[in-house]
Amino acid sequence: MSTLLDLTGLRKAYPGVIANDDVSFDIAPGEVHALLGENGAGKSTLVKMIYGLVKPDEGRMVLNGAPYAPTRPGDARALGVSMVFQHFSLFEALTVAENIALGLDEKISPSVLSPRITEVSRTYGLPLDPSRLIGDLSVGERQRVEIVRCLLQNPKLLIMDEPTSVLTPQEVEILFATLRKLSAEGVAILYISHKLEEIRALCDRATILRGGKVVATCTPRDETARSLAEMMIGTTLRSPGARDFRPGADILELRELSLSSASPFGTSLREITLALREGEVLGIAGVAGNGQEELLAALSGEARVQPEMITLDGVALGHMGPNRRRAAGLLAAPEERLGHAAAPDMSLTENTMLSARIRQKLDTSGVLKWTATRAFADAVIKAFDVRTPGNGSAAKSLSGGNLQKFVIGREVMQNPRVLVVNQPTWGVDAAAAASIREALRQLAAEGAAVIVISQDLDELMEMSDTLSILAGGRLSAPRPTGSLTIEEIGQRMGGQTAEEPAHVPA
Amino acid sequence: MFRLEARPQQSRAMMLATPVLAVIATMIGGAILFVLLGKDPVEAIRIIFIDPFFDPFSRSELLVKGAPLVLIAIGLSFGFRAGIWNIGAEGQFIMGAIAGSAVGLAFYGTAGLWLLPLMALAGMLGGAAYAMVPAILKVRFNANEILVSLMLVYVADQFLRAIVSGPLRNPQGFNFPESRLFHDSAVLPILFDGTRVHVGVLAALVAVIVAWFVMERHVIGYNVKLLGAAPRAAGFAGVKQKRLTVLCLAISGGLAGLAGMIEAAGPFGQLVPTLPQGYGFTAIIVAFLGRLNPFGILLAGLVMALTYIGGETAQFRLQLPAAAISTFQGMLLFFLLGFDLFVKYRVRWARKGVA
Repeated sequence: MSTLLDLTGLRKAYPGVIANDDVSFDIAPGEVHALLGENGAGKSTLVKMIYGLVKPDEGRMVLNGAPYAPTRPGDARALGVSMVFQHFSLFEALTVAENIALGLDEKISPSVLSPRITEVSRTYGLPLDPSRLIGDLSVGERQRVEIVRCLLQNPKLLIMDEPTSVLTPQEVEILFATLRKLSAEGVAILYISHKLEEIRALCDRATILRGGKVVATCTPRDETARSLAEMMIGTTLRSPGARDFRPGADILELRELSLSSASPFGTSLREITLALREGEVLGIAGVAGNGQEELLAALSGEARVQPEMITLDGVALGHMGPNRRRAAGLLAAPEERLGHAAAPDMSLTENTMLSARIRQKLDTSGVLKWTATRAFADAVIKAFDVRTPGNGSAAKSLSGGNLQKFVIGREVMQNPRVLVVNQPTWGVDAAAAASIREALRQLAAEGAAVIVISQDLDELMEMSDTLSILAGGRLSAPRPTGSLTIEEIGQRMGGQTAEEPAHVPA
Repeated sequence: MFRLEARPQQSRAMMLATPVLAVIATMIGGAILFVLLGKDPVEAIRIIFIDPFFDPFSRSELLVKGAPLVLIAIGLSFGFRAGIWNIGAEGQFIMGAIAGSAVGLAFYGTAGLWLLPLMALAGMLGGAAYAMVPAILKVRFNANEILVSLMLVYVADQFLRAIVSGPLRNPQGFNFPESRLFHDSAVLPILFDGTRVHVGVLAALVAVIVAWFVMERHVIGYNVKLLGAAPRAAGFAGVKQKRLTVLCLAISGGLAGLAGMIEAAGPFGQLVPTLPQGYGFTAIIVAFLGRLNPFGILLAGLVMALTYIGGETAQFRLQLPAAAISTFQGMLLFFLLGFDLFVKYRVRWARKGVA
């Protein structure tokens, strides 16, 4: 098989993080090649290097046998490399033809372009009217505009960044038919996604990235969703052991909790139903981007839902904001430490005020009690062994692990009825991670309920009594951690449930 | 070669030092400007920065000019802390002056201690109501408050000209576009005989103390700072962002309106088209020079008042153009923002090629 694009030893480092390290793989003409990895695995940086948006620090690329070092996307397009971004850049007030004309490197008037647009869109089964305004088009149709814009330049390699995240199942089918046709004509496609079933249905080969490195190359059709998930996450899904767990009374109930995502690229929550009991640690597994952030927002009160969708001790509080939920005993710790769970430039004392004011009564009708706040901050620092010069240090001056201990400790020490944490040990060293897990278990042992949303399956296996899987905004019914087979977890993480096979065109 | 390195924590020393550095740099920059204009730089700087302290009248004028600047800047500091950029304090100042004056004129000839508080209230409401235009456009339609509030300054200015030529014109004023002189009950009492220092100076001092309390000791001030520092964290903390945006604009509009009423009922004693003298814009410099801290703003307000008074003296003593004084004031903000880099970064020397 000949080679269209050959990448050798690509490396790109940003201050504090190595986005890509020694990445090598090749793409053949007509091949549909999947680039697979979790959020932050380095997929975006890699394709930006191929498309000329980012210059690699090291390594080389060869396109059609000639050295390839694009310094800007125009160079890449001139050599036949096109890209469809996840976020479109279209002017809503202009027509399809005008938008495409603006995006081409050569200057062609929209009226000349229109018949060509119609022709290309017909040939590839992407119905599109050149005279319509972008503002009137659906998200799927806007994506077609971007694809047609690429196809008009006769690409040899088409890069697609998570194209199906914004599409309906019907639109996905149309897109896949187009991609297969292109592939049959010899156009190579680099397909970025973390939807495993899609990749199994569409792609010839897959390169899997983790932590910026290539960890595996495989033929997706020969793999299972589970084995792909394992390669992405980097741990074998061990058969979980049973644990002794005697749940108490129901505390938190979710009834058909649905929430449309605030961002067009987020995942909407669909009819999540759940009952959480005293003493229970519920683990929620799933690949990032399947509704984790939305679920946390719906539980913390940052996003409001119908009152009866969330009840705590029998009180409906879906309509309440964060502070009223805190008063009722429902606390949360978001995934993003800096900027969400804590204000980077504020001191630890001020960050204590951020979420502890209500429950710790750190104010009297609005007048803040800073002495009491400092005392509570010191208590958190001491109990959770937060390494810092003192409560006056800015949150951003702490290391990730220490700040995480502070953020989790701040909630745990407020004696919540229910605590929801997202990625509690993300980027935290092993010792700190162990102490955070221990503190969460301890909280449950004292009669609270804990929801742990995590992508670390080992962590969930170790600490949760029951396990649910969040995929495509749906949550599977919780099952005792020991009772789920590896196959079930893997399949569901890939978006498939036993009752309802994922909608993927064959 | 040198390079900039992010400090792990903002430098408190630099926070305090940069306003002083900026004033010094402005003196140097101003001196160069004056040399280019063919004036004696040492004398010019002396007239602007030093002489006002040795003249009793100039000393009292510092308070007269400083009071409105401090009042407006205190109000602006709430919005600026929260990341809400009200650039239209000048317009809110004018609307406050009109509202306060209208009340004073409506009760023309009626004596009573209640009239001035009523005028002050009207001034605050007038300024706050005018600030509601950018506030509502921002929270409803996500319109940029910088543009909206700035444009409304010119609307307010035209409105003032229209109203002193129309409804509020002095009936015995030979058709000059100005109102009657306010009667005694509608004029601010003088604190020190022989000066123009009026009770509005006390209002500015009260505003400083109340603002300090709210910023440092009250949940509203905390939420304002949190919203500016980390909007997402503010959402997590339960801050109602839209409500707070409206509140910040209401505070800044209200205090600017009060300042407008104080100018009309104080030094001017009537409503005239020349009432707005750019205090609403200069107050932006005062707010930043004072580090958005109430007591810092008090000091900064006095420094800016100094450049007004000294600048005026320099204009007639050295025939400096008025624009030179505006440039001089602008330099202050420019240098301040420049030096602010060193609050978050420090300079590190590195050998060539290493950086």
